[in-house]
Amino acid sequence: MSGDPLLLALPSKGRLMERAGELFERAGMPIRKTGHERGYRGEITGRQGVEIAFLSAAEIAQQLNSGRIHAGITGEDLIRDSGRDGAARIELVCPLGFGGADVVVAVPECWLDVSKMGDLEEVAAVFFRAHGRRLRVATKYLNLTRRFFSEKGVTGYRIVESLGATEGTVAAGTAEIIVDITSTGTTLKANHLRVLDDGLILKSQAVLAKSKTAIWSKNNRAGMEEIASRLKAGL
Amino acid sequence: MPAGTAVSYEALQAQANAITELFQGRGYELVAPAFLQPAGLFLDRMGESIRGRTYVFTDLDGEELCLRPDVTLPACRVYLARNPKGDKEARFCYNGPVFRYQPGGDAALPREFRQAGIEYIGGADRERSEAEVTGLAVEAVRAAGLRDFKLRLGDLGLFEAFIEALDIPGRWRLRLHNVFWRPPVFHDLLKKLAVSPANSISTAGAELIAGLDLDNVDSAQAQVCAHLEREGIPLDGARTLSEITARLLDHAADAMQPPLAGESVRLIESYLSVSGPPAASLERIAELTRAAGLDLSAPLANAHTRLDRLCEVEVDMANVTFSAEFGRDLEYYTGHVFQIEIQAPGRTGQIAGGGRYDDLLKSLGAPGEVPAVGSAIHTERLLNAVQGGAS
Repeated sequence: MSGDPLLLALPSKGRLMERAGELFERAGMPIRKTGHERGYRGEITGRQGVEIAFLSAAEIAQQLNSGRIHAGITGEDLIRDSGRDGAARIELVCPLGFGGADVVVAVPECWLDVSKMGDLEEVAAVFFRAHGRRLRVATKYLNLTRRFFSEKGVTGYRIVESLGATEGTVAAGTAEIIVDITSTGTTLKANHLRVLDDGLILKSQAVLAKSKTAIWSKNNRAGMEEIASRLKAGL
Repeated sequence: MPAGTAVSYEALQAQANAITELFQGRGYELVAPAFLQPAGLFLDRMGESIRGRTYVFTDLDGEELCLRPDVTLPACRVYLARNPKGDKEARFCYNGPVFRYQPGGDAALPREFRQAGIEYIGGADRERSEAEVTGLAVEAVRAAGLRDFKLRLGDLGLFEAFIEALDIPGRWRLRLHNVFWRPPVFHDLLKKLAVSPANSISTAGAELIAGLDLDNVDSAQAQVCAHLEREGIPLDGARTLSEITARLLDHAADAMQPPLAGESVRLIESYLSVSGPPAASLERIAELTRAAGLDLSAPLANAHTRLDRLCEVEVDMANVTFSAEFGRDLEYYTGHVFQIEIQAPGRTGQIAGGGRYDDLLKSLGAPGEVPAVGSAIHTERLLNAVQGGAS
């Protein structure tokens, strides 16, 4: 039973795609697109039993969760945000040393009286009384945000989902607080936002991850182990 | 025996019909509020925590909706649709499903169950409306055949009056009030106030405070404004300059304030530990506060009046307890709270509950506060208890 191929997903665009491609190249497993040049399927040159799918980084996290792919490369932030239980269905195999970014809580720079998560709960209560509505947190990280805020005892807020340019929502007046990724902090500063002292939710980077819910044949398992060890050797 | 699955729908419906007939016979109009509700109303009212318990989703127009997690808020919307000014009296009853996310799939806590309930909105005589609603809930479960239940009472208004009467800075009162709904956080805050009351603050804020005019709010606000302009920081984020300044000033004042006295901490904790027969509990609170020199005579008199009214609607006081702490973890409620309970594990013993929720209608758009009292009966639990659990 050679059976079903090992389904491995790689990011389909941007820096993550380039760096993942380089990583496989260095490990002596160059990736080749199959079919149409603009297609989303590929293979490891000269290797049977592995199918490469090029997907968006967010979709890779989701499909690892649901078990539709065996393994993939994507951001740890997306994995931890996919699903209520925060990656209980996904095993992180190893960090890859690129795609680094911090997921942080940031507030308007003018909030001189706020520096910690604990302040937010108090500010939220006063705000609700004065304005008749909740403080809004703009983010694409719904689960990470909910978990982190609840750990810090902050409840009096509501999330507004933001699928891009999150750092602009405060100036635009559609949110008061953001949860977003930052690498240098320049974008936050340019938008007059300040990270809270204890507002670091996650230091994220690209990771190789395995799905715990996918169906793993013996061949898949062996193939995956070999690929993982060659990638690690190439880091 | 898992609730919801163990009882037959016919038996449940027959019980619900009997209960709603009783309610209707007492002048409560049967209403059917929508199952689908705008999620924003629940989220704005209760915060993001409600999302952890509620089915929230987005429709094709991008509108955020939820399956109603209770019927109180939907019933209030029915009231306001008919009477936007919120100045009329209305008595509503309902019977239907509510939906709650239950992590872990505990069969004793189904995600869909039926509530039968009443809402009495706009009742001017406070104690009489409270007694009417509480008494009717007791009568309904009794008519359904429930025996050996206990009625637990609490009074959030009394607790609020108690906090108001304490001889502590107003901003501490406000802080205690803000976390009033969450006992563990409240307890932590008490501890913090007793050691070092000041909040954390940003570096820029701390530097600014050093030069603020603490005795003059207007001039302090002008200084904060000048600072922001000098640094080129826009006033983003919906909070006003005065809100930010007020909290900076609070911080400065806290830094100079001696911590909350140990005797005040003990007084608050003693208050919260009062529990027992209602009249005796109120007496105990009266003693405690009198000894501390606080005047709670008016709210205590109201609480006694409520007990008298409850006797008039034939609530048997032998099975009633009052607990000063009770009701702090319940949503909506602002005053009188109650719960009908039987001996059963965890929440499954809670057969019915209710209370006063005076500020809900205002947050839904009424021009001012509208007095309101309501109660909901968990009908599957009631039927389970009547059919076997409470023998």
